[in-house]
Amino acid sequence: MEALIGQEYDQKASHPITLSDIRRWALAVYWPAEPPPMFLDGSHDSTRRDGPFAPEDFNPFAWTVAEGVAGFGDAHDTDSRFEGKLGAKGPGLKRSVNGGLDVNYTGVKMRSGDVIRSVSRIVEYRERQGRLGQMLFTTIETTWTNQLDEVVKTQKMTVIRY
Amino acid sequence: MKGGASPEIAIGHEIPTFVREATFHHWNRYAAVNDEFYDIHMDDEAGRAAGYTSAIGMGNLQWAYMHNVVRGWVGEHGRLLTMTCQFRGPSLRNSIVRARGIVRGSRTEGDHQEVELEVWTENGTGERMAVGSATVLITLAGGGQ
Repeated sequence: MEALIGQEYDQKASHPITLSDIRRWALAVYWPAEPPPMFLDGSHDSTRRDGPFAPEDFNPFAWTVAEGVAGFGDAHDTDSRFEGKLGAKGPGLKRSVNGGLDVNYTGVKMRSGDVIRSVSRIVEYRERQGRLGQMLFTTIETTWTNQLDEVVKTQKMTVIRY
Repeated sequence: MKGGASPEIAIGHEIPTFVREATFHHWNRYAAVNDEFYDIHMDDEAGRAAGYTSAIGMGNLQWAYMHNVVRGWVGEHGRLLTMTCQFRGPSLRNSIVRARGIVRGSRTEGDHQEVELEVWTENGTGERMAVGSATVLITLAGGGQ
């Protein structure tokens, strides 16, 4: 599996983000309170390129995508979510949890009409013995860019498989 | 002119807490926008089968709440540069999720101040469920952005 490090294993492109996508996301993460107006209308920020922007944690790849595969994959077949996409055999571990996230935001906002592209690669494998037995820590690095090739964010996510 | 009061950035200052109940009402809404209709988030039996006392909330929703608490503090006076988190435990149904943050450092660069915060979520008994950090770039009074 070490040979897989650095290889792009997942690419996807979103459908154009809509105002409704942004509003519904904001409503969900602030419910039952009203979200800040910056996510509901564009009146607060004169520097905006076009309309309201999305919360930084917004996911434009939920449900369906224009290119690639949407969703988080089969929770019980973690190999298919990572190594399997490169045609390689994974560790065969049946369970996984999200161990953590480390995100850099560039200041480029996601806005209505934007198409976001995501590219992911495995950057590290680490093994550790834990109370659940032998665990494999896999670090995934993902970069999101918009249709202007502006980087929106870079993210490292650690997936713990056991 | 930015709206609202400037955020307090003294070292040790605790920013205003963001609190939500942990219920199916909250989780269903998040599942609907993030396509997270996994049994463990929807069904107490699935949660118990996984060793918990109930269904559990989404880690991604805790992540969103960590953004909300920082956003609520900084308002329109700055923007988020980084956010990190490690998940330590799930939110159980009918508990509370409190997202909290404390200013841990800051440095001035020109007309901006970069502020570091410790950020975390905890349940109703104060047990931390996700721990992390954030850095925020704040525009100082009179500065542009």
